[in-house]
Amino acid sequence: MQPADFLRIISVTDAGAAVVSNSTPPAITVSVNKLVEICRGLHANAETYFDQLSCVTGIDNGVEAKTMEVIYHLYSIPYNFSVALKVVLPREQPVVPTLSSVWKSANWLERETFDMYGIIFEGHPDLRRILMPADWEGYPLRKDYSEQEKYREIQVKY
Amino acid sequence: MSDIQANNQSKVSVPVTPEDPTTFAYKESFGNSGLIITNIDNLFNWSRLSSLFPMTFGIACCAIEFMSTGTAPYDMDRLGMVPRATPRQSDVMIVAGTVTFKMADRIRRLYEQMAEPRYVISMGSCSNCGGPYWQHGYHVVKGVDRIIPVDIYVPGCPPRPEALIGGIIKLHEKISSESLLKADS
Repeated sequence: MQPADFLRIISVTDAGAAVVSNSTPPAITVSVNKLVEICRGLHANAETYFDQLSCVTGIDNGVEAKTMEVIYHLYSIPYNFSVALKVVLPREQPVVPTLSSVWKSANWLERETFDMYGIIFEGHPDLRRILMPADWEGYPLRKDYSEQEKYREIQVKY
Repeated sequence: MSDIQANNQSKVSVPVTPEDPTTFAYKESFGNSGLIITNIDNLFNWSRLSSLFPMTFGIACCAIEFMSTGTAPYDMDRLGMVPRATPRQSDVMIVAGTVTFKMADRIRRLYEQMAEPRYVISMGSCSNCGGPYWQHGYHVVKGVDRIIPVDIYVPGCPPRPEALIGGIIKLHEKISSESLLKADS
């Protein structure tokens, strides 16, 4: 099954959808406003049955490109195939709807992506930092990140 | 008096040099009477260094070597070291691993919960100076000595159990040179 077939199977039309070439696993770029609908379909449909959300990660394309991306790695345990979904967000306001209502694992994975990139997952039940301390400043994996001078009286940068 | 001295010379078999600060140097013993004369510094230091209970506490891969030090081939117990599960019962904290900023407050708090006299062994490069996280590790404290005082640094990434035992022996030497009269030592 090709990634282009997935949207047809779950009968969702997304004008912004595009197959990413040369990607492993095969990936589809989807629109932000169709993301939850597509994921719910891929999860529930008997022909796709993506029952596992393995990984959520982010990409910061930099200040010049002015975009950020979120990538979801889905895996279907009974069919043994995987697909990646990709959404592109504006860098100054990176907001994407949460998938924690579809997969439970999205909860912590999205918290990690929020912690590292500052991407807001709208509707998330508990959007706090998960790796860095709660009072840390900035998002470390952004391209324009620079460390704070001090953290609780301890010097950070030398 | 002369009888006792003669008796002493003939019965004592282990020669002890009182100048050596690293040994429990008793000054005189009287034959089979079971009597030892020493000073209080020697006695205190000997008892402290002979039962250094470390805290059960490890924060990265150095902790694997720390655990290995406790196993039968290296046998930390022969040094009188039995890991304790609470800082209240611990004498020495072996900081075995990468100290992140999130962990720093916890380490400081655990150190403050230990009863005095308390000692700290910094084990491995991360805890000595930040190690491989020196340049790009935004999340790593560049040495545990920036948050708590450290007595002994053990180099290595991670140090072998032999190196950690070497550090423990160094700590023994440090403790045996302490004195109640000198507050700084």
